[in-house]
Amino acid sequence: MLLWLSVGIVGFCLLPWYVLEDGLWSFEWLFDGYPFNTDYAPAAFLLTQGEKLWLSPIPLFLLFPLVSQVFKHSTAQRSNVLIMVGVAGIAWMVMQGLGIGLRGWNFEALGQLFGPLEARQFGMGFGALFVFATFLFFLSTGIAGRGAVNGDVFVVGAIGLVIAVVTVFIFFPIVQMLSSAVRDNDGVYSLTIFAEKFFQNKFWGLGCIQGGTRCGVAWNSLFLAVLVGFLTTLLGLVFALVATRSGLKRGNFLRAMTVLPIITPPFVIGLAIILLFGLSGSVTKLVADVLDLQPTRWVYGLPGIVIAQLLSFTPIAFLVMIGVVEGVSPAMEEAAQTLRASRWQTFKTVTLPLIRPGLANAFLLGFIESMADFGNPLVLGGNYDVLSTEIFFAIVGAQNDQGMAAVLAIALLIFTLSAFYVQRRWLGKKSYTTKTGKGDSGMHVTMPKRVLLPCYLVAAVWTLFTATVYGMILYGGFVEMWGLNNTLTFKHYITAFGVGFNEFGIHFKGSAWDSFFTTLKIAATAAPLTAMLGLLTAWLLVRQNFAGKNAFEFGTMLSFAIPGTVIGVSYILAFNVPPLELTGTGAILVISFIFRNMPVGVRAGIASMSQLDKSLDEASLTLGASTWKTFTRIILPLMRPAILAALVFSFVRAMTAISAVIFLVSAEYNMATSYIIGRVENNDYGIAIAYSSVLIVVMLAVVALMQFLVNRNGQGSRFAQSRTNW
Amino acid sequence: MSKKQPLLLLVSGLLIAALSAPVHSAEKLTYYCSAQEEWCQLMATGFEEATGIKVSMTRKSSGETLAQIKAEASNPKGDIWWGGTGDPHLQAAEEGLSEEYLSPLRDEQHDWAIKQAESAGNQTIGIYSGALGYGYNEEVLKSNNLPVPECWKDLTKAEYKGHVQMANPNSSGTAYTTLATIVQLFGEDEGFEFMKALHKNINQYTKSGSAPIKAAARGENTIGIVFMHDAVAQAVAGFPIKVVAPCEGTGYEIGGMTIIKDGRNPDSARKFYDWALTADVQSRALEVDSFQVMSNKAAKSSPMAPDLDSIKLIDYDFAKYGSSDERKRLLKKWDDEVSVLPQ
Repeated sequence: MLLWLSVGIVGFCLLPWYVLEDGLWSFEWLFDGYPFNTDYAPAAFLLTQGEKLWLSPIPLFLLFPLVSQVFKHSTAQRSNVLIMVGVAGIAWMVMQGLGIGLRGWNFEALGQLFGPLEARQFGMGFGALFVFATFLFFLSTGIAGRGAVNGDVFVVGAIGLVIAVVTVFIFFPIVQMLSSAVRDNDGVYSLTIFAEKFFQNKFWGLGCIQGGTRCGVAWNSLFLAVLVGFLTTLLGLVFALVATRSGLKRGNFLRAMTVLPIITPPFVIGLAIILLFGLSGSVTKLVADVLDLQPTRWVYGLPGIVIAQLLSFTPIAFLVMIGVVEGVSPAMEEAAQTLRASRWQTFKTVTLPLIRPGLANAFLLGFIESMADFGNPLVLGGNYDVLSTEIFFAIVGAQNDQGMAAVLAIALLIFTLSAFYVQRRWLGKKSYTTKTGKGDSGMHVTMPKRVLLPCYLVAAVWTLFTATVYGMILYGGFVEMWGLNNTLTFKHYITAFGVGFNEFGIHFKGSAWDSFFTTLKIAATAAPLTAMLGLLTAWLLVRQNFAGKNAFEFGTMLSFAIPGTVIGVSYILAFNVPPLELTGTGAILVISFIFRNMPVGVRAGIASMSQLDKSLDEASLTLGASTWKTFTRIILPLMRPAILAALVFSFVRAMTAISAVIFLVSAEYNMATSYIIGRVENNDYGIAIAYSSVLIVVMLAVVALMQFLVNRNGQGSRFAQSRTNW
Repeated sequence: MSKKQPLLLLVSGLLIAALSAPVHSAEKLTYYCSAQEEWCQLMATGFEEATGIKVSMTRKSSGETLAQIKAEASNPKGDIWWGGTGDPHLQAAEEGLSEEYLSPLRDEQHDWAIKQAESAGNQTIGIYSGALGYGYNEEVLKSNNLPVPECWKDLTKAEYKGHVQMANPNSSGTAYTTLATIVQLFGEDEGFEFMKALHKNINQYTKSGSAPIKAAARGENTIGIVFMHDAVAQAVAGFPIKVVAPCEGTGYEIGGMTIIKDGRNPDSARKFYDWALTADVQSRALEVDSFQVMSNKAAKSSPMAPDLDSIKLIDYDFAKYGSSDERKRLLKKWDDEVSVLPQ
């Protein structure tokens, strides 16, 4: 309690209240008129100089809990005081932050109410962060003191922390974004504007059915997503069956293949497909020569997007399916066979129905990934426009219509959220549990021939295809001009990653180094934070019971259903102006990665934590350890695989993400993917592909290192499982 | 109460903040660039070498950059915006996002560059110009047994069906310039008849302006309607591209430069502005295969570059066709009357 009070006082009296242009860590502020210069001054010094008077209630709130000390309040009274002060402090900080901005009042109504305001303020800095944390702590201590969650301060504090960051970094930007959907160009709110934009023919037109013209983008997206969801599920199932039920010992190879889409930078698959199947692609030319046909642009549009997305997302469906297919207890199938069912009957009436959750999850994942995918439609879309690219071009295009982007984003959200809902309905409340207790052993029966043969065929063709595409990607970085001049060269690698020596030692002169190091730095910062937040949330969800847990879970998973483009735009809208000024910093990239990838951390944590017996926690608690101690000393060590999975996933995702990033990169913090887009735009496929190959190798090394660390601990990899339980 | 608990909050906060600390230096410039990457780089490093001012650069298309400047308007992060087609620069001026500035080097510039500046209250200036036209892939054209096109009207002939590509005027400044050019060349009614006829032959409306010629260069398309210097650049890069200046005459773009209003380093921005208008700096465009005509009269040009004097240029009305209202009207008309037609 006193400790936290001192944190608050340090924040208020010592640290600069506002964000510093040169950053806290340059420490320039210490020598440049601190503490009196109003740019660097802590809030206390601002007040003594009669500046920023609206901060004056804050010290009162901070010191108020001492009243309890003086009057020797009972615990209940103390708690009430803390809750009151916490709420008041947070509310006041939020209100002044939103109410007063760079140009005085942010809302005209406030100006009318209080008269014009000459003063202005910048974004909140460290001082404000410390004080805010103190208020949050007051509030959670108060709530815990009233007996919530068994009066456990750590748990309440953790819940409070997660709610606070999710509100600030997910809900606040999304609300900002969506509010621009119901606003016209002059800032007037109106529902008719929204309806007019939402129901326009460009979205919902059915020209492709009635003949001749094109269908609306919404239908395009929906059709594409359903198709891709269905096909990836089917292919995923085929691979899962081959891996587990064919007697083939290729399971590990197939598993290794599943990391490919996660470590593939955007665009490269699209580029490879163009070079294979485009108008002048090698396959197209070959087929045209053999059959004496005129080559066409057939790949641009739906076929191209579908092929690229299948390549990208099938391994994800496989990951989901293999978990479920393996999870079906052999005992069930044995029972069926003992009862004289044929292999086919067993497969059809026992195995298939039991893997329904897998089918539903795989479909849902494919559906959402396809809806949100941005790189493949951009490269291969032709005239087949989809929502995700339209959102992007509504903002960057010549039309420049944020409102339109927001409306499109709402359509996209409606689709993804309904998919979630339908999936839940379809699964219903039936039980799919087949493994119970520990006495279960047995071998999976092999599949009937009529299923097995087609499965082999499909799997073989697909594997060959994937290998070709990735082979071409690696090869493409070493040829002069891919597709036209196939002389081997190191030119692209030298341009991108050249290293020279000068008087200062090694000199990284390649043009890609800058973005490469930034990407590594950002990814390495985001990964541990993502894992921490994700696992903490998972722990709260699995082990603690509190009111509003369902809403809490929904909030933390929401960012998964929101496409990256929407996140990117909403972050720009929300964090370019006070109270939180983050654009142009590395922090905004880190934060966007944390909240994009947090759901994976949460899921990995939940999956792994449900396997830990609760009696372990109880034993620790009974022996007198605090919840915090139990969490750090018992739970965390046991969850090492999940932690590593979350770490690696968020690291790798941060290196390959593009859709949100493209809006958030700045001169100083440029990311690898945005550099690659620049090269692709410039027809510089060589460097783009060389860079992508380097990224793939780096990420493979990271994944391998993780596998090695996990296996050495003899706990087996849960990297796969972390993605299965969606 | 455990003592370790605050760590959780603080460590995360501190880590995030550590990244928000930019490197400190005396003079700096935040530079938004909308030309091609190499040219942007060249300008950035060239300026650093010439002045010692530290430059941080972001390269984005002109549409993206305008969007960013607009989003950052209440707290501008950028100082100067260099390159990219002129319309978004004019739009920025119109929306009060840019600063007025009269460079001492104005006398050395071509008239069209000054005219551009004056039409926007000197809040922008022309730095290069390039004429619109199209390019075709010789090999693909031959393998399809197509005649060589020479005029705008040739592109509407039935034999080119599925062989022509242009960008979508809604998303690309280049394509909007095409639309505006056709309207000024043929008059609005006949111009839209032309666009409708052309629509039948278009195989794809790309998002980005230069994509059609890049696709043609790779053999993924036959004819791309683009700025001629973009087509020249592909030819120079070794692709089998031939450049066409349409016989009826054509429009052109003027690349812009703009000082962003309320930027953090206004002095550096003005220094860059003057520096970028000098003949020496502009002559260096050739090093990076940029074949536009530069604004400084003394700047060198490439023998490969299309000679603006030999091309029939229309008297392009930048003030009218650069304005938001006219743009919106033409785009809506194109959307309603052309893009919905069956192909």
